[in-house]
Amino acid sequence: MRHNRTPDPMEPTLHSDRQPDAVPDFASGVVQDDLTAGAGENAIELKATEGLSQGQIVRRRFLRHRGAIVAMCFLAATVVLVTTSIGWGPIPGWWKHDYHTTYPIAIAGGRPTLQISFSEGVHIGEHPFGQDTVGHDMFAMTMRGAQQSLTVMVLIGLLATLIGVIVGATAGFFRGKVDTLLMRFTDMMIAIPVMVIGLVLGRWVNGASALTLGLALAFVEWMAMSRLVRAEFLSLREREFVDAARVAGASNTRIIVKHILPNAVGVIIVNATLLMSAAILLETALSYLGFGIAFPDISLGNLVSEYQSAFSQRPWLFWWPGFFIIVIALCVNFIGDGLRDAFDPRQRRIPSARKMARAARKLAAR
Amino acid sequence: MNGGRERSVMGASGAAPPAGVGADSGVDSGVASGADSAREPILRVRDLNVDFYVEGEWFPAAIDVNYDVRPGEVLAIVGESGSGKTQSSMALIGLLPSNGRVSGSAQLDGKELVGLRSSELHGIRGAQIAVVFQEPMTALNPVYTIGFQIVETIRAHRSESPKQARERALELLRLVDMPDPETRIDYYPHQLSGGQRQRAMIAQALVLDPKLLIADEPTTALDVTVQAEILGLMRDLRRRIDSGIILITHDMGVVADMADRICVMKDGRIVEAGSARQIFYSPQHPYTKLLLAAVPKLYLEPVDDADRSAPAPSLQSEGAPSAVGANAAADGLTDEPSDAPVLVAQGLTLEYPRRGRTPAFRAVEDFDLVIGAGEVVGLVGESGSGKSTVGRAAVGLLGVHSGSLKVAGCELRGARSADLRRAREGVSIVFQDPGSSLNPRLPIGQSIGEPLLLHRVARGKDLDARVADLLEQVKLPASLRNRYPHELSGGQRQRVGIARALALKPRLLIADEPTSALDVSVQATVLDLFSELQREHQFACLFISHDLAVVEMVASRIAVMSKGHLVEVGGASEILRHPREQYTKELIAAVPVPDPDAQKDRREALARTSTA
Repeated sequence: MRHNRTPDPMEPTLHSDRQPDAVPDFASGVVQDDLTAGAGENAIELKATEGLSQGQIVRRRFLRHRGAIVAMCFLAATVVLVTTSIGWGPIPGWWKHDYHTTYPIAIAGGRPTLQISFSEGVHIGEHPFGQDTVGHDMFAMTMRGAQQSLTVMVLIGLLATLIGVIVGATAGFFRGKVDTLLMRFTDMMIAIPVMVIGLVLGRWVNGASALTLGLALAFVEWMAMSRLVRAEFLSLREREFVDAARVAGASNTRIIVKHILPNAVGVIIVNATLLMSAAILLETALSYLGFGIAFPDISLGNLVSEYQSAFSQRPWLFWWPGFFIIVIALCVNFIGDGLRDAFDPRQRRIPSARKMARAARKLAAR
Repeated sequence: MNGGRERSVMGASGAAPPAGVGADSGVDSGVASGADSAREPILRVRDLNVDFYVEGEWFPAAIDVNYDVRPGEVLAIVGESGSGKTQSSMALIGLLPSNGRVSGSAQLDGKELVGLRSSELHGIRGAQIAVVFQEPMTALNPVYTIGFQIVETIRAHRSESPKQARERALELLRLVDMPDPETRIDYYPHQLSGGQRQRAMIAQALVLDPKLLIADEPTTALDVTVQAEILGLMRDLRRRIDSGIILITHDMGVVADMADRICVMKDGRIVEAGSARQIFYSPQHPYTKLLLAAVPKLYLEPVDDADRSAPAPSLQSEGAPSAVGANAAADGLTDEPSDAPVLVAQGLTLEYPRRGRTPAFRAVEDFDLVIGAGEVVGLVGESGSGKSTVGRAAVGLLGVHSGSLKVAGCELRGARSADLRRAREGVSIVFQDPGSSLNPRLPIGQSIGEPLLLHRVARGKDLDARVADLLEQVKLPASLRNRYPHELSGGQRQRVGIARALALKPRLLIADEPTSALDVSVQATVLDLFSELQREHQFACLFISHDLAVVEMVASRIAVMSKGHLVEVGGASEILRHPREQYTKELIAAVPVPDPDAQKDRREALARTSTA
């Protein structure tokens, strides 16, 4: 990555008077009348953050997290593949088969036609992921299942985050009775196992689409988020800038939305991603148990469950949907990990000895 | 060897001070004087460099640092934040952060410290070099008693039975004058006062008779009266234990009180080194001169007021009220008679309300104070005296429990949010810590403009112009408005805080320790700016501070608070030179002055009065 090889061209050096383009006259005089301005006052710390907004700092730290970037690419590729292959809503698909028609068996036993070898390259064939006993195209079915699972994941992620933030922010900011009431309710929700509520809700919306399942499950996944947001608000509301805003005449709503929430955004984003990865597993588990998305519609979970009895004879029916579950959940987890590192101000990367030595050589050469 | 060292500690009162330890006799003269060089340096630091790895490059924190420390001598390393004074000392004992590295040479009794493996360093830390940290509350482990922590240190380095170790711990607590050590040894850190905690820390540091004691801002977190006690203790200890002491501090008063020799650091380099007298009475380097000039000084001798230019008090006599009236009327901020007092507190009692099982805490009781229009009143007291609480109540951040508090014509007792809103057009506040009082996610232009926007004074283009104007008033370029707080230095941030407070042209400004988080030189410029703005805008001000010298610079009257009660109010010079109350006298006597000779006289005078 470029950060490791050379100093970032965007990155000012300690003694340079380079200024961001937006503020060309920054260097002129006035700053220097502070004796300790610029380099004087803890130059090392300033150096690490010079000329960047907090958003930019976070982005830069995130981009340096290799695992997260790779995961991001993988996830993007998966989403593109899943949406374009068999088409999704208005988006037309390029794959020749669909997921509900039965086709004549191409190879005996419905074996996958996908072949990868060094000599002949990649050979896709008629049914790359194979076919089931009646002749459904497994590739199309996996794509459809992944679509459903992704929908549920995003829905749960967004909606549960929204509920969690509202509950947590209200409780943490107003404290007192409101806090007690909301938090006891949250405790109650936590005390009931998610799976049980999920099963009941899943049963209730049984046979429904991914949309309704996502909405229903969001109501059992928001508790962790609300507790974290509350804790964050409790500490942020004691900071002096909140007092300053109050003296300036800001209303409670303004203080919450404009002053505290942006400062809590790190916690919220990080937990939203972790929540999403939990959501995809919850959906799969429910569908596997037969309480989520049910036949005739398809999700990755019910594909796994449907064909688990065929595991010894036709393992591909089991492996492909399983593979997609793992890829999606893993990618989201890695991204969440990268975000957490990027938002955590205390985390300072410890440079490798090699990098340190290189920097030392450069200093000596100067 | 241990026994011998121990005896020297035990027989403290009888042991004669080693030759050449000279602050008390006042004969310390120069680095290479005969008396000094007679003793071998215990620590010899040569060409010490400390670098930090940041974003792919090495940045120097200390460059070619050279100094010697002799036994029984106090070497003060003075500098502002970021000058490398702490890092260069922590490098000696391998306590640098993991992205730091050190090169050069540092020899303790001839043994090279730089490049030691951590197992070897382990034997040196505590046993030969001990450290007293700045904040005893965070440096002591809150879940163990202080006795346990001292015993642990003893037993980590020596094979002593728990009983012996406890005896030794008690002995050390007696050595540092801990009151009632037999009971206090079983106290947890939170049960002790700040000064007692610092005593416990020092006791822990002395456990193994270190040859070298590094005191990193040992009194910065303490009140002046406690600071005086701790400094007295350290001065006393230096004679008794015969160790070298490195005192890291930014406070010139403390330096004048303690140091035999001084190194002045700036940007990682030692710019000047010499004996205390050399540095204070004939500084050579321009930075040293500047640093000394920036220290606010208390004028305690009864000088003619005509002799010194007193900026703030003179305001009063120059018909200030009429000017204020014109100002305020022009802005349409008030329909009150303009010379009416802007703050009237009568029998004011403030409480922090009950929360859960913690009972309500009465922070201020029966407080009376009147601040006239355009008047600057200093509110002085030690931590916990309730001075900040008064400030918070005056801007309506804390409800009035009983009594009456009128600010800018509005009664705040039982005020509803609409009343508060009206009151806040006339009063604003500058907070202590500029790092925390600005929203890190908002560009500073928005922070400054917020009061204007919310009170519907200005918006859009007009707002931008007002913000630019305010930035100009506090001498910051208008182009800074799109910057975030973390991109500014501490002094710049505090200017932003002042600009925000002035946005609504308040009649009363509450300044809650506005300079105590800043370096001295920055403090000087910020105080100048403050005085200038006060002259220009003629706002009244309640200037809250623990630093008497700072208050004297800006305030015409001073109110002294202690333990929630008002002790004494009066004109600034009257309070400082002829205090009536015993508490005020003690407070003033405890302030170290940045002048070794004067400080010595003060110290002796204090000792005489306390023994008499």
